[in-house]
Amino acid sequence: MEIKLKLNGRAVTGSVDADTILLDFLRQKGCLSVKRGCDTSNCGLCTVLMDGKPILSCSMLAARADGHEIYTLEGLQEEAAEFTGFIADQGADQCGFCNPGFVMNTIALLRENPDPSDDEIRAFLAGNLCRCSGYEGQLRGIRTFLESRRA
Amino acid sequence: MITIQKYVRAQSLEEAWELNQSKRNRIIGGMLWLRLGSGSVNTAIDLSGLGLNTIEETDEEFSIGAMVSLRDLEMHEGLNSYSCGAVKNAVKDIVGVQFRNMATVGGSIWGRFGFSDVLTVFLALDTYVELYKGGIMSLEEFASMRADNDILVRIIVKKTPGKAVYTSMRNQRTDFPVLACAVSCLDGEYRLSVGARPARARVFRDEKGILAGGITEQSAKDFAQYAGKTVHTGSNMRGSAVYRSHLVKVLTERSLQELGGM
Repeated sequence: MEIKLKLNGRAVTGSVDADTILLDFLRQKGCLSVKRGCDTSNCGLCTVLMDGKPILSCSMLAARADGHEIYTLEGLQEEAAEFTGFIADQGADQCGFCNPGFVMNTIALLRENPDPSDDEIRAFLAGNLCRCSGYEGQLRGIRTFLESRRA
Repeated sequence: MITIQKYVRAQSLEEAWELNQSKRNRIIGGMLWLRLGSGSVNTAIDLSGLGLNTIEETDEEFSIGAMVSLRDLEMHEGLNSYSCGAVKNAVKDIVGVQFRNMATVGGSIWGRFGFSDVLTVFLALDTYVELYKGGIMSLEEFASMRADNDILVRIIVKKTPGKAVYTSMRNQRTDFPVLACAVSCLDGEYRLSVGARPARARVFRDEKGILAGGITEQSAKDFAQYAGKTVHTGSNMRGSAVYRSHLVKVLTERSLQELGGM
């Protein structure tokens, strides 16, 4: 079936099977920041924004995204660059595999709540798993970014 | 891994219902649980084009469409004000924000899952379901029924005056609950809903009148002991039946104390 959606601000079309997963469709379209992690809707690695809301592209049918607006990290480089340096400064990226999911969900967090508390950050990012860092580095990075913005 | 031959975004409930009469076709909610299954689905029936993704509030009730996401439940001020935060507390630890943006209340309730926080909390409230062909019935009755080929259209939460509290025990924050517990006092009637037993949630009432004189430290303790003997629990990888029965007492007592303002 043919689907038409807006990807990173540009109209795209594609032919998909009924069970094609959005993650695979996006990677076919060159959005390689969208990665397959747990493949069981638990790790947050495949996070993209659909109509502005973070979702798991590993569990969304591409057909269901027909007519919607999708953003991946490729389309949000500028917004991400505001805070990713602070996370890197804390050594929180380590192996880097989980980073795109973390960054996408952090963008969603900061759009919804521009000045979150530590507990609010932890709660919002609870669906993003990282096997390297223990999460403290990401938390310190986001906190430092928020402090720099207040200064 | 499930395979799907055909995808249909239903244009009407009648179309969805007709498609759903074939055993090889399936309604898809958030598709999070369905996707982890195996086998082949002939037609995946998507209800997302039917306007069932809104929560409408009147003076008497909340009408919650089947395609409303768990995140919408979590963020709805009116629903959480009425339920004293119980609904938010029930869903806030379900995996992550991304997951809750996709998981639907219809999928959670229809599935009557043995691990469900959602079913547990709504059973403690004055909740009804509307089925496309079956009409409106209490959630308690629906929860005890076997799944058929009808379609869950919405759930209705009556604004019966009262209070509610939700608690759960998890081995890890975003894991399934080891035990889920909701207590309420609606129009003077106490309800205890226990889920993740690990069977589907059930409602237990104060049949012995232990709380008839109100909630005190002693009556909360006595009702918790009664619940511990009454609620049937089982074992799975998250906890044994003995542990769960102990948790029934602990969570019931704590919840009642909170309900009573202690």
